[in-house]
Amino acid sequence: MAKTTFETESGAKVFGLLAEFTNPHTLTEGAKKIRDAGFKKWDTHAPFPVHEMEESMGIVGKSIAPMMFVIGCAALFGVGGGYLLQWVININYEIVVQGKPTASAWEPFVPVTFELGILCTAFGALLSMLAFNGLPRHHHPLFSSDDFLRATDDGFFISVEAADDKFDPDETRKLLADAGATNIELIED
Amino acid sequence: MSTINPDQINAQRLAGMRPSADRTDIDPALGDGSLVDDPAQQGPLVLNNRSFHDITEIVSGYSEKAPSWWWFHALGFAATVAAIAQIMILYLIITGVGVWGLNNQVDWAWDITNFVFWIGIGHAGTLISAILCLLKQQWRTAVNRAAEAMTIFAVICAGIFPGIHVGRVWFAWMLFPIPNSNMIWPNFRSPLLWDVFAVSTYATVSLLFWYMGMIPDFATFRDRAHLRLRQGKSKLIELRLPVPLPIPTIKLPWRGDLVRAYIFGFLSLGWRMSGRHWYRYEKAYLILAGISTPLVLSVHSIVSFDFATSILPGWHTTIFPPYFVAGAVFGGFAMVLLLMIPLRALLPNFSDLLTLRHLENMAKILLVTGMMVGFAYAMEFFIAWYGGNEFEWYAFIGNRVDPSKAPYWWAYWIMISCNVISPQIFWIKKMRRNPLAIWIVGFFVTIGMWFERFVIIVTSLHRAFLPGEWHMFFPTPVDILTFVGSCGIFLTLFLLFIRFLPIFPISEIKNVLPGASPHDYHDDHGHDEAHSAEGAH
Repeated sequence: MAKTTFETESGAKVFGLLAEFTNPHTLTEGAKKIRDAGFKKWDTHAPFPVHEMEESMGIVGKSIAPMMFVIGCAALFGVGGGYLLQWVININYEIVVQGKPTASAWEPFVPVTFELGILCTAFGALLSMLAFNGLPRHHHPLFSSDDFLRATDDGFFISVEAADDKFDPDETRKLLADAGATNIELIED
Repeated sequence: MSTINPDQINAQRLAGMRPSADRTDIDPALGDGSLVDDPAQQGPLVLNNRSFHDITEIVSGYSEKAPSWWWFHALGFAATVAAIAQIMILYLIITGVGVWGLNNQVDWAWDITNFVFWIGIGHAGTLISAILCLLKQQWRTAVNRAAEAMTIFAVICAGIFPGIHVGRVWFAWMLFPIPNSNMIWPNFRSPLLWDVFAVSTYATVSLLFWYMGMIPDFATFRDRAHLRLRQGKSKLIELRLPVPLPIPTIKLPWRGDLVRAYIFGFLSLGWRMSGRHWYRYEKAYLILAGISTPLVLSVHSIVSFDFATSILPGWHTTIFPPYFVAGAVFGGFAMVLLLMIPLRALLPNFSDLLTLRHLENMAKILLVTGMMVGFAYAMEFFIAWYGGNEFEWYAFIGNRVDPSKAPYWWAYWIMISCNVISPQIFWIKKMRRNPLAIWIVGFFVTIGMWFERFVIIVTSLHRAFLPGEWHMFFPTPVDILTFVGSCGIFLTLFLLFIRFLPIFPISEIKNVLPGASPHDYHDDHGHDEAHSAEGAH
């Protein structure tokens, strides 16, 4: 089924609706209503991570598991690669120190293995967080709203995308108003 | 900073031009209102009922307003001192390590002392940001950003010394396992190589941690600049001289906010405060905190292996790893306090975010870690005696403690009085709550921790097993100026940080404000709780 797209009177494509809420509490309550209405492509915006927002949005676990898997792989890569690096080098270029065994003793390789494991996990955590969030993305239709820029200050918002199957300009606007939004704005794509 | 605030009185208050309101009703026993002795009651982390918007205004203001006179003077001074270090390093590279006071016996002295000193200072930043994050200590939000910045700058200073002390600096790349035509590889069973990996991992992970924490705050800076541009409120960049000279102000053809919007827009990666993003962000941040905790413990442990795995009396000790880590946290917290207490006096509204309670908590950590370090000093003697090794016993008594035998006895006793005796003042509650007293102790501790490393390195080396090898170490002016210059590098970077970047984690502070949790609103006592806690009697 081809997805319906919405246009404003001037012919611009609609990105979605942006609804403002007064505080973290009303935002949480509003998010629960949108979640229960069955929307998929929507989001909340708050100047800080609101406590238990993932539960109110119904995204617990689902959106985190792939990221955790990637971070785990990065950690294993770091540890495995770190050990392998030292082992291969010691086989190729043996340095005998105090007559101790070279490649067969694993103990001296622990610190570097550990450090490289940490290094790769850290890169994995930051980069996979960004990648799964679809960042960097320096432009976004929401930024066109002056009001929305207050999300980084003291504004609390819910945005519902027109690309969602359940989206309808009037119905969704009503739903957001019922959910406690104080100000609802149409965002052009 | 006050241009977009409609409330004029509040704007003046935020700009530091008007004293904060609601200050008369505070019990003097509570200090600035944050010192609550009742364990059942939590003192406020942010004073004066600041709103979310106030926090944005205060922190962004430091970066957006024209800097104060003291900032220019301090930067000018620090940058000049930093330049001395550059000149000394250049001189060293051109001439050779002979310009230092090193000799055949004492072949590590100020260079490695400075390295361990700086790398130790870095540890407090990671401790505050990682370990206190895992322990859910919310008071860390007041200091974590500045402490993380300090960590990175300290590691930069630390990284200089091992790099230049190798003698032929142009071979320093051999430290890394880089394939080369000579087929020469580093020795992975040497603690010195572990150090290379530990310190470079530490620098990289600290940088990632710092940057990740700043992404939302960069977005705040970006959006404020954008809003001012859209509202036509931004002005052209003016280059003003810090001294009153009859030279006209130069106007550049760019709007300051445009530059800010570009730079912070680039750095914030398009962060839009999305709930889905925050969820992943918090988990990833927790993982970074979780892996930084063993990392920070491992780094100074590995640094201590440089000494502990040798057979030199005074170095060959199993207590070194925990002892070094405790000392690093101790010295690092002292440096945090040394930097933050003056800022508290110099920057407007700083004391609302960094309260007396934060200072008291850090003073307590100084006391605890100072005692741990003192215990380690005592343990070294106990093991030297109990182990029955006469060389080790002599290394401690004959080379360090006894003024009649040890030429460096003064260094040892400076260390003991600064590190063990001076923090004991914090048993007195009044002293823990007095910024000046804390600053003075922090100053002494910083000196003491430098001497600790000097004592460990030089006094152990200058008299090894054979008396025929005994030799004193005397620093040359190049030694001294390189160290002083490294302090200048550190200070320059820190001054640039407080001028341009978010000094406080804006989003994290908002998160600990009353009213940040949706549960605060259930039976409308959210905001009132802050009132009652602050005015508690």
